[in-house]
Amino acid sequence: MTDKDFQFTRRQSLKFFGAAGLTAMASSFLGVGAAQAKAAPKGQIIVGFSQEPTVFNPHLLHIEVDEGVYFAIFDPLIDVDPKGNFYPLLAKEVPTVENGGISADGLTYKLKLRDDVKWHDGKPFTAEDVKFTLELLVKPEFKSWRRTGHDLVRDLTVVSPTEITWRMEHAFAPYNAILASTFIVPKHAFEGTDPNNAPFNNAPIGTGAYKWKERVPGDHIELAANTDYFGDGPYLERVVIKYIPDVTVLYTQLKTGDIDVLALQWITPDNFQEAKTLPDRVVEVFGGPFVETLSLNLMKPVFQDRAVREALYYAVDKKTIIDTLYYGVPRPTETYMPHESYYYNDKLPVQEYNLDKAREILDKAGWAAGSDGIRAKDGVRLSFTCSTTSGNHLREQAQQFLQQSFREIGVDMQIGNLPPAVMWGDHWMLSQFDMAVAGIGFLTGPDPDTSDYFLSTSVAAKGGNGQNTFVYQNPELDALLKKGGAVVSPEERRPIYLNIQEIVRRDLPFLPIFQYANIRGYKTGIHGVEANINNRIDTWNVRSWRWS
Amino acid sequence: MARFLIGRLWQSIVLLLLVSLIGFMVLNLAPGGPLSQFALTPGMTKEALDRIAEQMGLNRPLPVQYLDWLWKLVRGDWGKSFRDNRPVLDVIGSHLFATLLLMGASTLLSMLVGAWIGIRSAVRRGSLFDYSMTVLCFVALSVPTFWIGLVAIFLFSLRLGWLPAGNMYTVGDGSVRDILIHLVMPTCVLALVNVATWARYMRTATLEVINQDFVRTAHAKGLAPRRILMKHIVGNALLPMITLAGMQLPTLLGGALVTETVFTWPGMGRLFLDSLGYNDYPVVMGLLMFSAILVLAGNLIADLLVAFVDPRIRLE
Repeated sequence: MTDKDFQFTRRQSLKFFGAAGLTAMASSFLGVGAAQAKAAPKGQIIVGFSQEPTVFNPHLLHIEVDEGVYFAIFDPLIDVDPKGNFYPLLAKEVPTVENGGISADGLTYKLKLRDDVKWHDGKPFTAEDVKFTLELLVKPEFKSWRRTGHDLVRDLTVVSPTEITWRMEHAFAPYNAILASTFIVPKHAFEGTDPNNAPFNNAPIGTGAYKWKERVPGDHIELAANTDYFGDGPYLERVVIKYIPDVTVLYTQLKTGDIDVLALQWITPDNFQEAKTLPDRVVEVFGGPFVETLSLNLMKPVFQDRAVREALYYAVDKKTIIDTLYYGVPRPTETYMPHESYYYNDKLPVQEYNLDKAREILDKAGWAAGSDGIRAKDGVRLSFTCSTTSGNHLREQAQQFLQQSFREIGVDMQIGNLPPAVMWGDHWMLSQFDMAVAGIGFLTGPDPDTSDYFLSTSVAAKGGNGQNTFVYQNPELDALLKKGGAVVSPEERRPIYLNIQEIVRRDLPFLPIFQYANIRGYKTGIHGVEANINNRIDTWNVRSWRWS
Repeated sequence: MARFLIGRLWQSIVLLLLVSLIGFMVLNLAPGGPLSQFALTPGMTKEALDRIAEQMGLNRPLPVQYLDWLWKLVRGDWGKSFRDNRPVLDVIGSHLFATLLLMGASTLLSMLVGAWIGIRSAVRRGSLFDYSMTVLCFVALSVPTFWIGLVAIFLFSLRLGWLPAGNMYTVGDGSVRDILIHLVMPTCVLALVNVATWARYMRTATLEVINQDFVRTAHAKGLAPRRILMKHIVGNALLPMITLAGMQLPTLLGGALVTETVFTWPGMGRLFLDSLGYNDYPVVMGLLMFSAILVLAGNLIADLLVAFVDPRIRLE
């Protein structure tokens, strides 16, 4: 099987992937890959990260970079490709209503599992492991990183070693997306141990394309090829995940060739122009799932009038901010949904920078300038504090720039930045800020659901459970979010989420500035490195990485 | 002697207690906490964070947390890292060798070269050598290490390709030769600054001795100038250096934060910064106690050594 064939088959199958029958085709494709004799893995790739992976049990509380290791060592039941389509890994096929994997009412799941998978220690993978994993995630005494979705699972039943069924407390469309980042762990590795302190947590055993070999704390993690891997790959004898804490040094080591792939936190925009001219290096920009926002706290009287939010949005010179501060790398956006998503609404009104228009809106709404030039209405002065992480120079410069623009329309913005731990603690979570410059990832993987951020009941400041720090409460939106979460088919869900984006664009609980873009670099000759907006980390498909 | 040691021991215990108390308070009173980094994780809720805080015992009153920590420490349990759940002593141990190697090599180099420059400058006070070394020392002391480091990488790795740009060894190799090659650049960059320090101290110490009466007497006796220099001048000038070396012991194991970062050297300095950045309280406290013990031990050893070498000093 040549590289070209591989790409072709994959693209083709992806194109129609949403359709039910084709999930089966993809699984047979993976099956074919496994049936053919594999070439012996050769060579190594050193991946540089600027944060250190330290948590190796994928279900303990962890950060983004830790997932870089999980994708090499473990497999989820299903995974998600760059287009947002699911494909099966440990499961035989992606559960859908069409193939009977999910019942029409979205309540019953029936999953068939592969029968040819072995754990790295040689024991066979079975449905018991899946059951154990899903139960571990909701164990009260376990320091679980995510219970959402899993807490709806009832009556987990192992029908046979290759079949498992369960019932959902209520229909929950995002569950496939959650399963796609739920790595299955071996039941036998936890027997007789406290899962928070199991030896497994520092010497993980998975089913993935690479096995745990060694960790040198503060320096690197070495992974070795799992030649018994059931799917595509591995093509490399060894993958080294190298920790380089300083982004300048990270970039230097790509130049000197000490690392082969420069991943998270990537190349800084100021080095982009130079990086493009490096010989024998591929440098590419790809979209990230985060959106830079001016988040507004709608509990504060100044922001309760929609006219104020609209006027402020007119006074944001996005182009200048992106071009001068971010070297034109990120893309301006009008929504929280990434451009790459199937659910992205490209018909939203495009913001323009127009101070006259901003003044006009404020005048019309009755915000009149006082003696000091600052507008006020009904005793509320148009004055607020904008906060973000102190020490983030780009954001600090953007703030100063915005301060001037806002001043020109009679709005007084103070800058009050805080150290990260304070900023993103209660100040953010309990909505104590006025305006905050925040980069937010609204989605869980490819799923368009944002109930956590927009539902009226998700306001932590009012005792709710969620991240609706904007205190954005709109009954119309609540109804749509509920509806979208209960429909399983993507075609039926899409119009609902296009509508939700329109409403959010109209109400402006936050002013969207741009969608993040990252700049990755790697050596020419490496194949398989591919951007995937739906997975949080560069190494999501490290199993397929190889040298030409 | 015994009374001196016992007295010192009591002092040290009181000091260590104070250090731990202040350290613990400052760490915990600083806003945020070990869980704040997870606030922006997609799907994270305040409820989930609160539950984990409770499991980790972070919501107990501070005095209780402190006494719990102290009681465990007294019994030899330094706690476990919040980041990777390994025992704190293991975490420290795994970074110790890298730092010891780098700091040992650079300290040795800087002491030898620094002493040589200092003595030579003092003996030839006012010469071209003295002036140019003085200027060079001040330049070396003023230029930030990270800048020298980056320039060295640019020159010797990128342009000339002679030396690796960083790391302690090539993954998969790790032979002595491999480590030595990786050691050259960080050692020299780090030594550059320390040479300047040692040279300045050594020059001053030598100058103080050189004008003493017993040196004149030695000259008058007709001793060979070389013998006077080595035995009478340098021998005496080295005494204050012992104290200085004692004070350097903690830095020897504490690591060099900047150099370790620029050359991706997995040592103690970076461990401290990382642990601080992630609010990994047990490791930060462990490092704090570890370096406090080293400071006390370093000073004690220096005092004992000075008394041993210099018969004029008696420990009471």
